[in-house]
Amino acid sequence: MSVISLGAVDLALAALLVLALAGLTLWARLAVGRSLLIAAVRTVLQLLLVGLVLQTLFDHAQLGWVALMAAVMLLVAGYEVMARQERRFAGVWGYGIGTATMFVSAFAVTVLALTTMVGPSPWWEPQYAIPLLGMLLGNTMTGIALGLDRLTQAVWRERRVIEGRLALGDSWLCATSTMRREAARSGLMPTINAMAAAGVVSLPGMMTGQILAGVAPVEAVKYQILIMFLIAAGTGFGALGAVWLASVRLFDQRSRLRLDRLHPGRR
Amino acid sequence: MDRLLDVRGLQTAQLGPLDLQLQAGELVQITGPSGSGKSLLLRAIADLDPSRGTVRLLGRDRERIAPTDWRRQVAYVPAETAWWAETVREHFPAGWHPDQAGSWLERFSLPEEALGWEIERLSSGERQRLGLLRAFLNRPRILLLDEPTANLDLENTRRIERAVRSYLAETEAGALWVSHDTLQRGRLGGRVLEIRDRRLVA
Repeated sequence: MSVISLGAVDLALAALLVLALAGLTLWARLAVGRSLLIAAVRTVLQLLLVGLVLQTLFDHAQLGWVALMAAVMLLVAGYEVMARQERRFAGVWGYGIGTATMFVSAFAVTVLALTTMVGPSPWWEPQYAIPLLGMLLGNTMTGIALGLDRLTQAVWRERRVIEGRLALGDSWLCATSTMRREAARSGLMPTINAMAAAGVVSLPGMMTGQILAGVAPVEAVKYQILIMFLIAAGTGFGALGAVWLASVRLFDQRSRLRLDRLHPGRR
Repeated sequence: MDRLLDVRGLQTAQLGPLDLQLQAGELVQITGPSGSGKSLLLRAIADLDPSRGTVRLLGRDRERIAPTDWRRQVAYVPAETAWWAETVREHFPAGWHPDQAGSWLERFSLPEEALGWEIERLSSGERQRLGLLRAFLNRPRILLLDEPTANLDLENTRRIERAVRSYLAETEAGALWVSHDTLQRGRLGGRVLEIRDRRLVA
């Protein structure tokens, strides 16, 4: 493996491109120059910080530190899922449903992959564990957030139909079957699309990174296939689990629709 | 003999505690200013909204009856019935045949082809008549009618009034009918209860 190390001058040259773009937007009065520069500075600071954290983690490879890092990643992803909900659940459920299903899906799939497929030694080797978990969390997060948002929006919009069906003696499962199915499907679609387009429309980021790092393309492709399958499984199980938990929470033990358990819309 | 419907100490955030009894075959009208909780009362009895107190059907406690069974026997019909599929037939139990409903289609002045009609093309009168017919198919013992004729012309209103009356006479079911139409009050007859300050008064 050989990597061409980047120097400060190389990065500065790339930064010049961004500065040039900022100048052009200023001239064209697009009024985005400021946010462009702030975003660029944030990229530098955040990535440097995470690079330092990862370097420290790799140098002091202990299960405790890896677990702590994983926990922080999970909690941030859980918050992100909640923040993306138009109508989120009140109380601990608002944060809990997304976080719990990500814990089960992303964590379980990562641990399974580390122990049975990739097999580093020790199995929690941060060089493998953290990037794997990061990719899984990033994707399950999107799937779970989409699925939950679809479900709560649809149930809110269709509450008259749901209650009409309950009043006719339908079970809550029957009264929400279309909505639950559509929500689960919308959580799965991004992953299915990504798998279908992989390599044809876009070169997946991880594979590209490995190739840049000098890995033989066929090796990189094998990793990418593994990751794609893990992501599909994690996102799918996560979205299904989240939609199921959320729909259970939307009804009480007498199968009454409990929209009072949702916060009103933010708009 | 047990009362058909026996409500005691029913209470929700906006209503009660209140008592209400209904005899077999009886129709009781519920009136009251808008916002007084007429719909909430019916929804609480149908167990669509949480409530405290006891509700008994022929002596059996509501809590001991599965929610789906309860709502089939205690049928809530809103002012605007809900439709979710494309044609009328899809909203009726699978395998159901018009003969089973006896002459109900006819009594609602609906032709047999009505089952194939598209929901989009129904008039509000047709919607309400079909919505009520759909509820009748469960053979409910109680009808909770929440202004079922609110948006209808007189002809459709009277069709529904007659159909409900004949359903009650035939099946010994009872009905709570929310209405604030004074002419309708006269036509329907029976006891009239008003909701005032969270309570029911005669």
